[in-house]
Amino acid sequence: MQYLVSVIDDGTGPETATEEAAVDAFNDRLRSEGYWVFAGGLGSPSPATVVDNRGSEAVFTDGPFVESKEYLAGFWILEAPDLDVVLRLAAEGSRACNRKIEVRPFL
Amino acid sequence: MSPPDVRDALTRAHRDEWARVVASLTRRFGDLGLAEDAAAEAFATAVERWPADGVPPNPGAWLTTTANRKAIDRLRRESKRDHKHREAAMVHDDHEAEPLGVLDDDRLRLLFTCCHPALAMEARVALTLRMVGGLTVPEISRAFFVQESAMARRLTRAKAKIAAARIPYRVPTSEDLPARVSGVLAVLFLVFNEGYLGSGADTDPIRQDLTGEAIRLARMLRGLLPDDGEVAGLLALMLLTDARRKARVSPGGELVPLDEQDRNVWDRALVAEGHRLVRERLDTGAAPGRYQIMAAINAVHTSARTMRDTDWSQVVALYDQLYRLEPSPVVALNRAVALAELDGPEVALAVVEPLGEPLSGYHAYHAVRADLLRRVGRGEEAQAAYTRAIELAGNTAESAHLTRRRDEPA
Repeated sequence: MQYLVSVIDDGTGPETATEEAAVDAFNDRLRSEGYWVFAGGLGSPSPATVVDNRGSEAVFTDGPFVESKEYLAGFWILEAPDLDVVLRLAAEGSRACNRKIEVRPFL
Repeated sequence: MSPPDVRDALTRAHRDEWARVVASLTRRFGDLGLAEDAAAEAFATAVERWPADGVPPNPGAWLTTTANRKAIDRLRRESKRDHKHREAAMVHDDHEAEPLGVLDDDRLRLLFTCCHPALAMEARVALTLRMVGGLTVPEISRAFFVQESAMARRLTRAKAKIAAARIPYRVPTSEDLPARVSGVLAVLFLVFNEGYLGSGADTDPIRQDLTGEAIRLARMLRGLLPDDGEVAGLLALMLLTDARRKARVSPGGELVPLDEQDRNVWDRALVAEGHRLVRERLDTGAAPGRYQIMAAINAVHTSARTMRDTDWSQVVALYDQLYRLEPSPVVALNRAVALAELDGPEVALAVVEPLGEPLSGYHAYHAVRADLLRRVGRGEEAQAAYTRAIELAGNTAESAHLTRRRDEPA
């Protein structure tokens, strides 16, 4: 079972060196214990572009699809047997990166 | 067997076996919704058949077998058309082989799943009452003043989340166990409190269906986790509170505060059982948690023949202990009520005043303050505080009591 574990930035700003080191250590653990599938950092959504090609031609719009103070700043995709396991990992991840985290199961 | 005997047997079987049947089917089929429906069908079959065929010698086994058969029938019907969907609706238990000993009861798994912290509190309450308590959706809707369709949606959504997010069907690891047990206790306590003082304006002040159900579930949990101090503590707290039920509302429907209650109508059997549990916990010498301390406070109250006989220094000491564990303004407020009896209303008032900021929207804060102001002779301020408490009080029986206090001559 795979889960999308999203990092939510609510105005905390760029990652500090301490946070980065804590996240690295957490990532190592995820890899060595077999939970790791993929992860990535995204930073702020300001360079985002929205693309809509449902009509006659593709429309490109500058900026994220939803303007909000809170945004997705990065994510992990984790493989875990059930929600209890991934919630415990997410709690550690939240502590490491010092941000809120959302856990969602893949279909 | 006479019809009333069959009816009794059905009621008893429902009370004793519902959770067991749902829990064992969930374990076997990995699907809460299927287990719930099959259990309901099995009980419906019993209602039809037992009056004619007689009550089976082992009603629990009969119900489990019947429910299993119903579940298998349904799976066969559905497997032909909707295999994928069925697959998606499973609950999971991949962590086998963890020896759980006495903890390994399917009903415990069911409780922990229904009270999972990833579910909204109201969903946990509804699921627990439905799956473990066996209350019907209309019964739960009535209890919480929610439309039946909304309550059904709430339950469906919770079951869907359990399946989609894979909330596991198992007893938590020992590392998570204390937090998860206190999660279950919070659900049971909420059910009890809603029954003991309904939040709706025109609700009966005491709804025994809810208090009784909470006590029944707490007893069940105690049977499953006999060494857990907080489980014993919550059960004792509920028993010692419920013991005062008959004295708590006047014939006119007004809430009667502790100092005016007729202690002769307190339920002695419940008091004795609560006291036994509190003593049992004291004998272990283990550090008590919040429910055990609250139970101990209620044990002191129920040991006193009159309000004046109450060992107030003991009550205040217990509140001090509770406050160290849980430094909340509500605990500070309750402590102040006991302090007023020990050191007088002026001392208590000095403690209560600074709580006004965090508790300004809490009716009990204004009620306590009003009472203290009245006792120190500050009548006008007392009246204003009573008025504020009445505006904020949810329950009619409580506002009736506050209104009388406000309007009686100083």
